[in-house]
Amino acid sequence: MADPMAEIKASFFIECDELLEALQDGLQLIENGEQDSDTVNVIFRAVHSIKGGAGAFGLTQLVDFAHRFETVLDELRADRMQIDQSLLALFYQCGDVLSDLVRESRDGVAHDIASVQPVLTALDQLIPADEEDTDDAVDFQPMAVSLDLPDLDDMPLTTDGLPPLAGGPDDTAKTYLIRFVPQQALYTLGNEPVFLLSALSELGTVQVSCDDNAVPPLEDLDPEAGYLCWEIQIQTTKDEACLSEVFEFVEGICTLEITTLGTAQPTLCDSIGADLAISPPDPEVAPNLELALPSPAPSPSPVTQATAPAPANDTRREAPRATVRVELERVDRLVNLVGELVINQAMLSQSVDAAGLSANTSVHTGLEEFLQLTRDIQESVMLIRAQPVKSLFQRMSRIVREASRDIGKSVRLRTDGENTEVDKTVIERLADPLTHMIRNAVDHGLETDADRVAAGKPAEGTIELTAAHRSGRVVIEVRDDGNGINRPKVQSIAISKGLVPKDADLTDSEIDNLLFLPGFSTATEVSNLSGRGVGMDVVRSAIQALGGRISIASTPGMGTTFSISLPLTLAVLDGMVVRVADQTLLVPLNAILETQTLSANDIRAFGPETNVICIRDSFVAMLDLGAELGYRAPLQSYVGCVMLLVATEDGSKAAIIVDAIEDQRQVVIKGLQDSYGRIPGIAAATILGDGQIALILDPIDLIANSEWRTRPPSLEQHEVGACNG
Amino acid sequence: MDETDQALCAAQAEKETELLSFIVGDQDYSVDIMSVREIRSASKATPLPRSPSYVLGVINLRGTVLPILDLSLRLGMDRSAELARNVIIVVAIGDKTLGLLVDAVSDILSVAADDLQPPPDMQADAENQFVSALTIFEDRMIRILDLDSVLPTMSEEAA
Repeated sequence: MADPMAEIKASFFIECDELLEALQDGLQLIENGEQDSDTVNVIFRAVHSIKGGAGAFGLTQLVDFAHRFETVLDELRADRMQIDQSLLALFYQCGDVLSDLVRESRDGVAHDIASVQPVLTALDQLIPADEEDTDDAVDFQPMAVSLDLPDLDDMPLTTDGLPPLAGGPDDTAKTYLIRFVPQQALYTLGNEPVFLLSALSELGTVQVSCDDNAVPPLEDLDPEAGYLCWEIQIQTTKDEACLSEVFEFVEGICTLEITTLGTAQPTLCDSIGADLAISPPDPEVAPNLELALPSPAPSPSPVTQATAPAPANDTRREAPRATVRVELERVDRLVNLVGELVINQAMLSQSVDAAGLSANTSVHTGLEEFLQLTRDIQESVMLIRAQPVKSLFQRMSRIVREASRDIGKSVRLRTDGENTEVDKTVIERLADPLTHMIRNAVDHGLETDADRVAAGKPAEGTIELTAAHRSGRVVIEVRDDGNGINRPKVQSIAISKGLVPKDADLTDSEIDNLLFLPGFSTATEVSNLSGRGVGMDVVRSAIQALGGRISIASTPGMGTTFSISLPLTLAVLDGMVVRVADQTLLVPLNAILETQTLSANDIRAFGPETNVICIRDSFVAMLDLGAELGYRAPLQSYVGCVMLLVATEDGSKAAIIVDAIEDQRQVVIKGLQDSYGRIPGIAAATILGDGQIALILDPIDLIANSEWRTRPPSLEQHEVGACNG
Repeated sequence: MDETDQALCAAQAEKETELLSFIVGDQDYSVDIMSVREIRSASKATPLPRSPSYVLGVINLRGTVLPILDLSLRLGMDRSAELARNVIIVVAIGDKTLGLLVDAVSDILSVAADDLQPPPDMQADAENQFVSALTIFEDRMIRILDLDSVLPTMSEEAA
């Protein structure tokens, strides 16, 4: 029994993550002044759902905190309180605490009460006195309901009419009559009336009677249908809300009537007891009932029509978008299989070509369709893995809050493009570098409040975090409106650390890029936030490992922008198949600006071993791919070769020379890192249609590591080259 | 004493290892058969730029990228001559899978653990560091290859 429970618990924590996200969203809306009447409700429901689930698992700390938070939110909801900046800040803090508690409950770590205390005190001050009095633990003792967590979604919808705090524990016992008519859906969803009844029995003294009037004669009986309904007479100190809470998870799929019979002693059994004989007031009833119950079933049951659905049904609002939780491993397997499919499809095309069939045979048409389908499948599969960067951004907003509090700067985080979707792996592996960048921006990027005011800027610094799709890549930017990079300081530090020669004459962008050098940190003293020995070089290598690039732009007095550009997916790539020195290579299509076949007039001698290419009156460095990768010596003449013009990070261009362009196609990326290791200039490998492996070029890395040799290193050749030019 | 000795011998006899022996440049080598994944005929490898000479390149092994080492070059001998007759032994080393190009696979040997001798320590012979043990089988000296040391060292490539 422990195992299924653990599973339910795990799914509760997954729900919690979603609820916390909704909570953050709501707070964000309020902060931006975009809230509507429902926003507070959404927040309230999120907190309430967490509380409800936590109660079921006996996570008392979580319940306790969520309860107080909820109570304050309820005040807000009832318009007894106005939201302002300080309250919002407190709510954010509560959200953080709540997510900490959820995480700690999940990991089974005991929470440090002391750290929550200030927040709790602040919350308690906001709880009106009368509420506070009723606020004792008894009210929220974990209920022993064996609840059905997949139905958790339903819960917040139905609790609206149910003041969670309404009425404290009542000492006088009351008697209620509950009529419980399960609908077919209750069984279909896997609920079990026995558990509900036994949960009820724990609230007080119960007498259960089963109404089997609706059970048809045996020959008409649908074994899949449920025909029974129950009447429960309960004598309890709990109030009506407590009773209906037991049915919280079946609300909307059963008809429930609760009538108060008064505070008297149980004199009323007769009135109901007449109906049926099952009345021993102990949980033992339940198994008996279970036996009497035909197995639950999808077909409509007469009982459901007997009574009108409870009003609770109508509170169900717009249906949430249907989602399925799938283990990542399964998706990955699918992604891999589709990858194989793409390779197979390429092989098939190649053999059809080799068979020499004419272009308009049905085989070719079929193959075209196959190609289109493969592409569609691949894109859909990739979409499964794609996730909005929202969760990542929300984590960052917490980082900003905490970092700015620690360091005493007022900072506002503005996010944009939260719905931009990126591969899940990318999101996961982006968290650490992005955290570091955000901390850096708060710590180093922004000035202190006083300095900002002195510089004529608003005291509150702004950090902008944006994500957007830009020409087949995802660009994430971290922009601060601080003082920009202090270039003289950066350069002097680099010199003092021996990273650059003393008399180096560096351009602004070169100085900015010094930040990415290993062992560089501008913080003169190690602060609590950044400067823990993890520098921007680590950030850069993390980004590069994702196939991304990072660049930096800074304007003195105006701020600094870091841009990360990432591939959309880590699994496929559109590439140009090129041939150089009898080797087939792939160049990512998005890196290529233009291509051109070289004529003698395009090539100009530059140095003794280098050439440049003249394109429309501008000169571009020339790189012989064959020579650079060691396939061959630089050629005597490059006339007739093909040039691929690529742009580098800082906007400069370079011409990569190959022998010929063979094809343009989508390929599946096969990492080399795991099987072999990193090769400078090579991003990965792929399998071509003929089963051969081709390497995928990383043009930016290639250019950064290149030697630019494009001429045989002899004087004679030099003159020949000069003649060409 | 006799009894304990016999018991010891019996225990050791049970600890036989099976070795796959093969020929590299006229010398007999072997690896523990448990590390061998498969043996396949040599096919054209895609060369990797900026890699040591003994790294022949990568081949497609049913959808995965498999690096191939020319074992004779790795062991400091001349490049394997006739490529057509050569075979690739696919071995698993830790979590890596690697193809070793050898001249020919010869046999599967069962060798008792105490028939394995440690190689003599000879500084001058760089090849020595790839051999973890020696044994004699039908008058041939079989070298047992230390697979971990055959792996290309990544740091020297990064430089």
